[in-house]
Amino acid sequence: MSLKTVADIATGEELLHVDDISLSFGGVKAIQDISFDITKGEIRAIIGPNGAGKTSMLNVINGFYHPQVGTITFLGEERRKMRPYMAACQGISRTFQNVALFAGMSTLDNIMAGRSLKMHKNFFWQMFRYGPALNEEIEHRRAVEEIIDFLEIEPIRKTPVGQLPYGLQKRVELGRALAAEPSLLLLDEPMAGMNLEEKEDMSRFIIDVNQQFGTTIALIEHDMGVVMDLADRIVVLDYGKKIADGLPAQVQADQNVIDAYLGVAH
Amino acid sequence: MELLKGIFQYPFEEMANGPAFLLQVLWEGFVAGTLYSLLALGFVLIFKASGVFNFAQGIMVVFAALSLVGFHAAGLPAYVSLFLALAVMGALAWTVERVVLRKLVNQPDLILFMATIGLSYFLIGFGEFIFGGEPKSMITEELGLPTGSSVIDIFDDIVILQHLDIAAALIAAILVIGLALFFSKTRIGRALRAVADDHQAALSVGISLNQIWAIVWFAAGIVALATGIMWGARSDVSFALQIVALKALPVLILGGFTSVPGAIIGGLIVGFSEKLFEVYWGGLLGGGVEGWFAYVVALIFLLFRPQGLFGEKIIERV
Amino acid sequence: MFYREAGQFKTTYKADQAIFPIFQDRMAIAIYLLIAFVAIPVFGNDFFITSMMIPFLIFSLAAIGLNILVGYTGQISLGTGAFMGVGAYACYKLTTIFPDINIIVLIISSGFFSAVIGMLFGLPSLRIKGFYLVVTTLAAQFFLEWCFIRIPWLYNYNDSGAIEVPQREVFGIIATGASATPTTRYLIVLAIVVVMTWIASNIIHGRIGRAWMMIRDMDIAAELMGIRPLNAKLSAFAVSSFYCGVAGAMMVFFWLGAAEVESFDINHSFLILFMVVIGGLGSLVGSFLGAAFIWILPVILRAIPRTFGLDINAATIEHVNFMIIGGLIIFFLIVEPHGLARLWGLAKQKLRVWPFPY
Repeated sequence: MSLKTVADIATGEELLHVDDISLSFGGVKAIQDISFDITKGEIRAIIGPNGAGKTSMLNVINGFYHPQVGTITFLGEERRKMRPYMAACQGISRTFQNVALFAGMSTLDNIMAGRSLKMHKNFFWQMFRYGPALNEEIEHRRAVEEIIDFLEIEPIRKTPVGQLPYGLQKRVELGRALAAEPSLLLLDEPMAGMNLEEKEDMSRFIIDVNQQFGTTIALIEHDMGVVMDLADRIVVLDYGKKIADGLPAQVQADQNVIDAYLGVAH
Repeated sequence: MELLKGIFQYPFEEMANGPAFLLQVLWEGFVAGTLYSLLALGFVLIFKASGVFNFAQGIMVVFAALSLVGFHAAGLPAYVSLFLALAVMGALAWTVERVVLRKLVNQPDLILFMATIGLSYFLIGFGEFIFGGEPKSMITEELGLPTGSSVIDIFDDIVILQHLDIAAALIAAILVIGLALFFSKTRIGRALRAVADDHQAALSVGISLNQIWAIVWFAAGIVALATGIMWGARSDVSFALQIVALKALPVLILGGFTSVPGAIIGGLIVGFSEKLFEVYWGGLLGGGVEGWFAYVVALIFLLFRPQGLFGEKIIERV
Repeated sequence: MFYREAGQFKTTYKADQAIFPIFQDRMAIAIYLLIAFVAIPVFGNDFFITSMMIPFLIFSLAAIGLNILVGYTGQISLGTGAFMGVGAYACYKLTTIFPDINIIVLIISSGFFSAVIGMLFGLPSLRIKGFYLVVTTLAAQFFLEWCFIRIPWLYNYNDSGAIEVPQREVFGIIATGASATPTTRYLIVLAIVVVMTWIASNIIHGRIGRAWMMIRDMDIAAELMGIRPLNAKLSAFAVSSFYCGVAGAMMVFFWLGAAEVESFDINHSFLILFMVVIGGLGSLVGSFLGAAFIWILPVILRAIPRTFGLDINAATIEHVNFMIIGGLIIFFLIVEPHGLARLWGLAKQKLRVWPFPY
């Protein structure tokens, strides 16, 4: 359980605010009029049945999809239509529902890849791998080693990620997202397909990231037990619409949510 | 200024002043377009069923034509040779399925693509080894194809239509209709469409991938033979054709990789535009633009519509 | 037995981030270089140097160039031949205009011309993926070939339409033209190839190479990690074409001596692509292995009938060559789709644990 109190969150500084977002593909409405906010330092969960538009929502937040209607405010700045890499520049980092690691690279290189935005040394020095470029490389290696240490994946440092088991791949992916030192971390089903121990490990890492680094996290998850334990606040989506928003206990008791999950008697 | 006129004014004046010549150019474009369509059709068949981008299609065209000419040169009657050439294409389809495709299931596209390039090298070597490297002429008359030409008087001028070209267009049309019927009405056709949609799902309902692939490659082989006869009748049969065969690529880009009508329309677009551009605008650039014009058209087209003429807009997912 | 990393402890990240962290690997590189720079010029005969080593090195460089694009960035290209041509024609024009500038400087500079052309034709890659890109590079191939024929300025209005390499000296030694010795040409080519391979390896192991591989493995994820596809893809096209351009310039100036458009046709694009695929996508060692395989194998095949005293005409041998190469390509793709580089790696792995099986 998180140590923050409800009062903390209510008074916390707003990090991201989505306002009246609607997104459709052709005639299919993926998201309709959704608004919610994410406060600095909280763990915000987005839940809902399959096809509710959760992943689409994440894609909108990091600029991969462009909503037809609505605005997104991040760090007090209203966002124009943007390319995904701009979201990364602003400090939004994420993991994917289906592991999207760079399969041809080692664990180390994958996490180094997460630091791409922080490396700037120019082509000239890169050519000779000397001076500033080499120093930069080593400095970032140090930072990456800290993440490797934090996630307890030292033995697989140099293994190509394609050869790793699923649970570890998910962990490396978390490491890669962390390497960017994001101010907002989006996790798309970080625990899908894991067994109990792996889920416990992953939950522990998520809480640690939130508390040690103070990273704000928005996560999508299907395991209700995990969500209720981890999240400070929860948004519930169903068929592209927001049906509830609030503390875990409130959401749990909400009649709309119960109907969405269990079905309504007509 | 003169240049602008050269681009926007003179060509159109020329068209208006010589409508018969324009018709002749359009006819040439149509004939070239039919051949491109046939070539592209072979690609489409294989791409649809196995997801393989068959680089060797152009070589298969030459190989089919070479076998036909080769059997005839060995003293066999024309129709027996035709039958034997078909048998060769069948054997080729079976071998390719056995030796190449079956071993490369589930490999990345690039690997399969490379394998077909390897196949085309092998076929070039094999074909030249058996039949010799020198260009040969197609046995047009022996196959009973018309060789004369009609002269049509129109606009106080004449347009010449080769009977062979008319026959080519007719045969192409028959082939396309035949294939369309085969794929929409027969059991194998349905199986093929299932395979095209999803290999594993097709396997799970008891469709034999290997059988379908062999059939599709054979169908592509038949198309290749028809293309080879038509093409060979217009020029010679030699492996120099492979460069021209690459033109099927821009055709596929325009029409989409999986659409049979797309291949036809794309082929015609490329045929018409290429001939018109070469005749009316090519002079500005010093001529010889046919070599790259189709590719540039496809490139520009791609920039505006990456999904092709008939494709639906692709929604990327993460 | 001798190839062990046991006992070689890394105490700094610098040592661990080195490109060859294992001592024996560094020794091996030193030995290869020694052989290449000393043993071959001293002991090799002219045929071996001119017909095998020089083209092998030049094709290796072109293969590295294409590998950067196909193997590291995942963008297929069939325009390699034409990009090599751009380098060759650029170098020819440069040395015509500036006859006094050191030819090596000009060869390297000609790479920039092909880099610019390469970037131009790489622009569509931002919107087009996979096989569709083949078409844009084919457009480059055929359009550039057409330019090489139709723009007589490029070959100084020669009647033959070919570019012929003039005699140029480097530090008083004749380096190009008919009277340059094979050894001189070999050593210049070798030096350029070694330096450029080293640079390629540095780029690939650094920030830029990582960005390329991110685009290759998962372009969407790469973009969400802050990689700009524009920068990554265009830089790959630029570096790749630079390498191909330099290789093309060297091909004409240090190997062929004269060239026309046929030297840069689509068959060369295929040849280099074979080298890359057979050698191993995404491997520098593979580029060398692939070039050796594709170039040296036919030379040997041509020599076999002669050694056995068989009288087969040249055309037949050429046909059989085609069959063998085509067959081998298919065979390799089936047996080891990751190319010779993977076999090389496996062999090293076995050597590491030898005499134990694992």
